[in-house]
Amino acid sequence: MTATGHRAKTVSHLGAEAGLDDDELLAMYRMVALARAVDERMWILNRAGRIPFVISGQGHEGAQVGVTWALRKGHDWIAPFYRSIAMCMTFGMSARDIMLAQYARASDPSSGGRQMPGHYGDRRHNLLSVSSPVATQILHAVGIALAAKIRKTGQVALTAMGEGSSNQGDVHEALNFAAIHKLPFVFLVENNGYAISVPAVMELAVPDVAQRAAGYGIPGVVVDGADVLACYIAAKSAIERARAGDGPTLIEAKVTRLTGHSSDDQQTKYRSEEEMAFEKGRDALPRFRDQLRAAGILTPAVEAALTEEISAIVTDATDFAEGEPDPEPSTAMRWVYAEDWPSETPPPWGFGEGDGASHGSETAPDAGGAGAAGSGAGAAGSDDSGPGGPAAGGD
Amino acid sequence: MVAALSQEMDRDKSVVFLGEDVAAAGGVFKATPGLLERFGPVRVRDTPIAEQAILGLAMGAAMTGLRPVAEIMFSDFFAVCWDLIANEIAKTRYMSNGKVTMPLVIRTANGGGIHFGAQHSQSVENWAMMIPGLKVVAPSNAADMKGLLAGAIRDPDPVIVFEHKNLYATKTEVPEGEYVLPLGQANIVRKGAHATVAALAAMVPVALNAAELLAADGIEVTVIDLRCLVPLDTKTLLESVRETGWLFTVEENPRLCGWGAELASIAAEEAIDSLSGPIVRITTPHLPLPAAEELEALVLPSPESVAATIKRTLR
Repeated sequence: MTATGHRAKTVSHLGAEAGLDDDELLAMYRMVALARAVDERMWILNRAGRIPFVISGQGHEGAQVGVTWALRKGHDWIAPFYRSIAMCMTFGMSARDIMLAQYARASDPSSGGRQMPGHYGDRRHNLLSVSSPVATQILHAVGIALAAKIRKTGQVALTAMGEGSSNQGDVHEALNFAAIHKLPFVFLVENNGYAISVPAVMELAVPDVAQRAAGYGIPGVVVDGADVLACYIAAKSAIERARAGDGPTLIEAKVTRLTGHSSDDQQTKYRSEEEMAFEKGRDALPRFRDQLRAAGILTPAVEAALTEEISAIVTDATDFAEGEPDPEPSTAMRWVYAEDWPSETPPPWGFGEGDGASHGSETAPDAGGAGAAGSGAGAAGSDDSGPGGPAAGGD
Repeated sequence: MVAALSQEMDRDKSVVFLGEDVAAAGGVFKATPGLLERFGPVRVRDTPIAEQAILGLAMGAAMTGLRPVAEIMFSDFFAVCWDLIANEIAKTRYMSNGKVTMPLVIRTANGGGIHFGAQHSQSVENWAMMIPGLKVVAPSNAADMKGLLAGAIRDPDPVIVFEHKNLYATKTEVPEGEYVLPLGQANIVRKGAHATVAALAAMVPVALNAAELLAADGIEVTVIDLRCLVPLDTKTLLESVRETGWLFTVEENPRLCGWGAELASIAAEEAIDSLSGPIVRITTPHLPLPAAEELEALVLPSPESVAATIKRTLR
């Protein structure tokens, strides 16, 4: 290298096999730690009565960051599930974005406050919305992969779910189709050993979900979900295979669930203290931290700065979401359909005649465009690119 | 069907067609012959017997730039893929705050009269009608089929096109060249001053035949082919009801919560002062459809039963 002033990239022994330099390793660790900190803050906010519901990714972050790191941001697609906080953040969502969804604010990029908390999605980042009926997202992702293949876009679609969801029939239909047509698709199963309270031995007749891949003629890979770099390497290989037209791969990351299923679940009813203590040892966060410390990447100074930065980001995200407005009542009927509803005399499918007055909205410039309420001519707006009304949120 | 699909697939390369037995076999009702040969296996695709996969794939593809037309062989099978229809496809635009669109069409063979029994004969337009986010089309003739299917494919929202299997074999003049009908426009197929009869799909010819029988008795009815349930052309419906003072619905679905109940509600709310008597719904009774010809014919609305009910009510 000539003296251009650029710092040469250093690749330590730790990142050598994965082909990741030290800066990337540090960035990956930062994402694992940041996602954990955001997640922990959500529980505090829930217990303080500020947000109604939390569903957690604690214990899954290492696998999510490792796998997502191997995708092409802004190009590939992800159909996540409700524990995919770290995955969504790795793919482009900010801590503010996550908190806005938790608070169901107007500016929530996932849905403008329409979706259940924890159902992240972001059109800007090619992130599908989480769906409440579990496992359905695998079909959406395979559809995206089909479209990518038809349109020759070179995109890969990845979906993630727990081993509990993997028992749904959707999974069979999706894997079968993706395998038949060698679609550019990766299926990540984050196996944390529990479907809410039902342990894996009551959900699966085989030790590994990955064994089921054989039934579809595709590779099934088991990886330690607490080993961030192993997850990255497994995903990189699966994504390369998908992009090359060789078809899908099932990656099963063995992770742990450090919290209850959700803020409405008490896992001490079905998990022992001994088990929980043991599970803490399977957490990727401290393991990755130790690896980076040992490699000399995470020096005390770097670590202190990072801790401070993460704390500031989480506090900023919380304060920002706290201060953002709720969705405008006048927007409640927007986006049921494209805003070009043709009926001239809409039936009372919305709020009925004089809707605005009784629902706290006098202005409602385009609420009628939802084609439902009595006052609107039913033709406001002009379809998809239409007016991003005051509370349409986002970009 | 073929005319509409060919027209739209020629016009727009993003239109793709998938379903069970739709490609090589040309559809189990022979509704889509020749499309595979014309547009190739990438755009016309046979799928496994996997209804969730068909609709999930169509959904994923629609979200990322294609305009899929997905076929579910029998509308009865909606029950095995209802999550995709009711929870996913219908709600994505709303749940994404308008950011993610769902321009797809679900074609399905609907309705009875061909002795296929309780799981191959249902009329389930009302299942779809009650889900916000879906548009619902049910043509009554081949010309409308071409125009409405094309309109559905061009529509920015998910549209379910119910094709009545008892109408597949019927013949009507189909307009040549590009032909597109807007969704949400009912068609007045017969004018008469004494009553308004609203019908859908295979019940349109039944209502028209009933109108003939009534005309012989000096009763002249208006027959409205609704063509779409969502959007619903309430303007045409209410104008007619205000003129005649009577509303009858002829529905193939079992009685409870059929689409006619919604029409009755709208007419009662909007036009009660114009009504001369009760709104009467003529439907299949609340039962699973039997297969035996004698039983099925007994329970489905017929020109005779429709005419008799209207005559009795107007008297």
